[in-house]
Amino acid sequence: MKLYCLSGHPTLPCNVLKFKSTTIMLDCGLDMTSTLNFLPLPLVQSPRLSKLPGWVLKDGSTFLDKELKECSGHVFVDSVPEFCLPETELLDLSTVDVILISNYHCMMALPYITEYTGFTGTVYATEPTVQIGRLLMEELVNSIERVPKAQSASMWKNKEVQRLLPAPLKDAVEVSMWRKCYTMPEVNSALSKIQLVGYSQKIELFGAVQVTPLSSGYALGSSNWIIQSHYEKVSYVSGSSLLTTHPQPMDQASLKNSDVLILTGLTQIPTANPDGMVGEFCSNLAMTVRNGGNVLVPCYPSGVIYDLLECLYQYIDSAGLSNVPFYFISPVANSSLEFSQIFAEWLCHNKQTKVYLPEPPFPHAELIQTNKLKHYPSIHGDFSNDFKQPCVVFTGHPSLRFGDVVHFMELWGKSSLNTVIFTEPDFSYLDALAPYQPLAMKCVYCPIDTRLNFIQVSKLLKEVQPLHVVCPEQYTQPPPTQSHRTDLMIDCQPPAMSYRRAEVLTLPYKRRYEKIEIMPDLADSLVPLEIKPGISLATVSAVLHTKDNKHVLQLPPKPPQPPASKKRKRVSDDVPECKSLKPLLSGSIPVDQFVQTLEKHGFSDVKVEDTAKGHIVLLQEAETLIQLEEDSTHIICDNDEPLRVKLRDLVLKFLQKF
Amino acid sequence: MPEIKVTPLGAGQDVGRSCILVSIAGKNVMLDCGMHMGYNDDRRFPDFSYITQNGRLTDFLDCVIISHFHLDHCGALPYFSEMVGYDGPIYMTHPTKAICPILLEDYRKITVDKKGETNFFTSQMIKDCMKKVVAVHLHQTVQVDEELEIKAYYAGHVLGAAMFQIKVGCESVVYTGDYNMTPDRHLGAAWIDKCRPDLLITESTYATTIRDSKRCRERDFLKKVHETVERGGKVLIPVFALGRAQELCILLETFWERMNLKAPIYFSTGLTEKANHYYKLFITWTNQKIRKTFVQRNMFEFKHIKAFDRAFADNPGPMVVFATPGMLHAGQSLQIFRKWAGNEKNMVIMPGYCVQGTVGHKILSGQRKLEMEGRQILEVKMQVEYMSFSAHADAKGIMQLIRQAEPRNVLLVHGEAKKMEFLKQKIEQEFHVSCFMPANGETTSILTNPCIPVDISLGLLKRETAIGPLPDAKRPKLMHGTLLMKDNSFRLVSPEQALKELGLAEHQLRFTCRVHIQDPRKEHETVLRVYNHLKGILKDYSVQHLPDGSITVESILIQATAHSEDQGTKVLLVSWTYQDEELGSYLTSLLKKGLPQSPP
Repeated sequence: MKLYCLSGHPTLPCNVLKFKSTTIMLDCGLDMTSTLNFLPLPLVQSPRLSKLPGWVLKDGSTFLDKELKECSGHVFVDSVPEFCLPETELLDLSTVDVILISNYHCMMALPYITEYTGFTGTVYATEPTVQIGRLLMEELVNSIERVPKAQSASMWKNKEVQRLLPAPLKDAVEVSMWRKCYTMPEVNSALSKIQLVGYSQKIELFGAVQVTPLSSGYALGSSNWIIQSHYEKVSYVSGSSLLTTHPQPMDQASLKNSDVLILTGLTQIPTANPDGMVGEFCSNLAMTVRNGGNVLVPCYPSGVIYDLLECLYQYIDSAGLSNVPFYFISPVANSSLEFSQIFAEWLCHNKQTKVYLPEPPFPHAELIQTNKLKHYPSIHGDFSNDFKQPCVVFTGHPSLRFGDVVHFMELWGKSSLNTVIFTEPDFSYLDALAPYQPLAMKCVYCPIDTRLNFIQVSKLLKEVQPLHVVCPEQYTQPPPTQSHRTDLMIDCQPPAMSYRRAEVLTLPYKRRYEKIEIMPDLADSLVPLEIKPGISLATVSAVLHTKDNKHVLQLPPKPPQPPASKKRKRVSDDVPECKSLKPLLSGSIPVDQFVQTLEKHGFSDVKVEDTAKGHIVLLQEAETLIQLEEDSTHIICDNDEPLRVKLRDLVLKFLQKF
Repeated sequence: MPEIKVTPLGAGQDVGRSCILVSIAGKNVMLDCGMHMGYNDDRRFPDFSYITQNGRLTDFLDCVIISHFHLDHCGALPYFSEMVGYDGPIYMTHPTKAICPILLEDYRKITVDKKGETNFFTSQMIKDCMKKVVAVHLHQTVQVDEELEIKAYYAGHVLGAAMFQIKVGCESVVYTGDYNMTPDRHLGAAWIDKCRPDLLITESTYATTIRDSKRCRERDFLKKVHETVERGGKVLIPVFALGRAQELCILLETFWERMNLKAPIYFSTGLTEKANHYYKLFITWTNQKIRKTFVQRNMFEFKHIKAFDRAFADNPGPMVVFATPGMLHAGQSLQIFRKWAGNEKNMVIMPGYCVQGTVGHKILSGQRKLEMEGRQILEVKMQVEYMSFSAHADAKGIMQLIRQAEPRNVLLVHGEAKKMEFLKQKIEQEFHVSCFMPANGETTSILTNPCIPVDISLGLLKRETAIGPLPDAKRPKLMHGTLLMKDNSFRLVSPEQALKELGLAEHQLRFTCRVHIQDPRKEHETVLRVYNHLKGILKDYSVQHLPDGSITVESILIQATAHSEDQGTKVLLVSWTYQDEELGSYLTSLLKKGLPQSPP
């Protein structure tokens, strides 16, 4: 059993598990933090951005000034943003049989894998994961494609040049692997390879392995996966939550008795309490609006935004915000809001109950009906007519590098009345803001990450008791900025095995058994013999059939009847056809009883001699000698086949067959 | 030999009151718990006393499964769980769980409030009953207990309808409930994988019908409605609130839009809007097309179809009314029917199956004078049309499902005996599997032949499957192992490992036979002759002449010595272990025959 680790990002994993002749990719995360090194893509020509000075090397050379721009002491690549792909060279990805997706954030690299590596397998994911994943991809493609950028920078990627650049560009890893965004046809082609699955559905892979998605409690349709054969069980935990938000609660019980538990996707902000952050979010929002300022919430079009809208639904009236317009701007805003209402089966119990009434499970339906929440595909068109300030805008992308959010940052950044509230934990807010500095607008950081924290993890591990834990190396040491916080790491026995990008782990597990089926007629023919109290055994001689990795034992065919004709056969016809195996023997032969038996069968002249190791039984007339020892019997006789067979059978009566 | 027992308490050679008991590998499962529309007395519910005379149902039944929300499949549920008493789990899909209590409440209201019956389940009982329901996803494997598992498949018949696979070990049963093998305007087609159950219990409502294409039926339907409306007549379409109603509404809505028709379309009962809400929220259960376009245009928001008021029935001029219930056995549809029956300009279109004893069934079988309550005779002059829109599989569809699932046996329920007989023959002919059609209360036993799963040590398996010559059907390779049985575990290991695990030593059994051969030559020459002789015959065996003058055939040792008294006789000592018994025995008899004459 081997694990190939293709991603270094602990919450955007991409691993390949080789298990019982199947090759299974676990998630397909796309590391988008690389985009933070690029300049934002403004929807509307931004004079500030276009006037940024080109970057000049210390020695005064200016050959990079077209590619790199400087803003408040930071250097940015002036080009279409690029993403850091999972490792594609560590193993031949065309050999991957299946890809298991755990949640919609962890599938963003899918088109790169399915469209460029010769992948011919199947992708498994739940319906909400696919639908919302499609929306995220659509939004991504749309926000990058609608701002065509003339130039594409590549000179800076040259290893010799990169060495000369300031941090963080200098330290960026695998820049040669960075790729531009995929296109919509590629997305559609990738998604067409997905097969939908439901929680607790058992999916057979080639008869050898069974995979099962389990609810992970993190997002609509998010799942952990069990990968098991009859004897081995690997649990893949990715992005799980024990908090009660909108998705179905996490299924913990099914993770029990794992031989190996692969643990990824823990909270990125282990020190922040999501509930507290939501409270802070609301109060900051209310304060800004009351002071006449606008609030900008950079966010993904699905996920935490549903919970934020639900909180605001309960909060706005009591906070006196009923007249403040809430705008949700995304090319997929409408779809996201609509889709959230039709996945009743994937929601927590309370929301399911509402659907039974039948009422929409999320209260944003009511916010829309009462015109408190309005959604638009982009800032162009209807939005510009309806736009009223002060207001609250939810829009993407959380990296602040593309999407409508860039426009609002440019628009509102100069006034200290306005506030940008960061709720998504995927990007460092300081890095995100860097190309907008200097900034007058207030910045509030309320990261809401509902994924497991270390306390919950240690409780979970105690509960489900895996034999071995495997996790990204980041989880086996305290965060680099808080090296004293030894509580912010995984603590388990035996210590977790850690992996890093481009590493191959051999998982400590040895298979010893396999399932085989005994056909009923063969079972009927078996004769069990009790060897010790409670333990019986039967010798089995059977024909093994193996098909689709399933093994079946059948009754051996009856030997063909000897031909009736008396025609003289050639000698060689009598040669025993195949070496038919005889059972092993065990036991010992008590000499007195053996002699008695011999006498009973008509041997009158039996004589016994003692030897160092046992006895010799002599049949004088037949000139036959039988050596009896603790663990062996030797019959030495003349070529008298009937006699030999008789003696053989008498000996066998005293022995057990295996 | 293990067997699966099936006893229909309802729907055995009958339509209505579906309720089937299945015993499989020591587990008892009840499939559906329906009521019969044709009866108003005790016969409307299944006879649950059959299940157990004394003792609680909960102790006897491991679980109850409801296939879909139609009352002939779930109508007796609150009576069963609350009045007879059952506290075990009840499984159904999410949409069924959502809609079922509403239809039950509706049914209760009609029975208790309108007909004034007293000994009937209450609203509270419906609520308590629904608390025992566990909702299942499609394709989710639900572990009822350690051994019993169930899995739901899409059945298409109505929103949330499912077929269920019931599995214990390697024995399994599939129950279809009602299903539809062709997608319609709002639902997809039933689907099941090649799960090869021991038994397939299938509905057979349309056992003998092969329906023409859906398009034709739809065109026919629209033509009839259109003609009637054109000549100023009224069209009554009795339907159940959920299901066919939505399909026909989508059909009429698009037709009205296209033809720019003005005659009003009404939908009776307050259920309408609610019903459409269910379709909107459970849109993932509808067909591909509706699911794909729902964000832009939700098919369940109707422009031309308005809520019906009782007073509208007396309005002059043409109109189309959808009214519940669908079999004209009670409620609004029956009221409107009585009002309109006398006018030959009007038309009633029955879009689905009608159970015996209902007004719907009577008019469809040609009866034109109906005796109503109070001995009143109602003369039916309006046109009566029947159009099979009910989403059951027809004979072709049933055969198609059997082909998909590949069951070892088939059992027919939910159909009429005569038609079943025909289908049974067809199934037996085409698939060569046994087909059963028990009547209510009659038990069918099906023998199963389950395999016995055991654990085989990987070492032994690898030894056996190691790449060797390609398998030959004529000379099957035998594998030899020892089956260790301890407690309930069965393990197949190599004999060596079995000995080792039990702490036993192997006992060597060896034979040495003296074979006398007449040969005056020197010993080593005799040996050479023996060697050549054996080499010539035992072509497939490894025969070796060792430097010390002995011969081995595989592991059998042959040594030659001169006879102590007779120089012309040589003694061959042939020695082998019990493991080589066959070959050793063969060799001695071969050598006994002597050596062939040496070439001159």
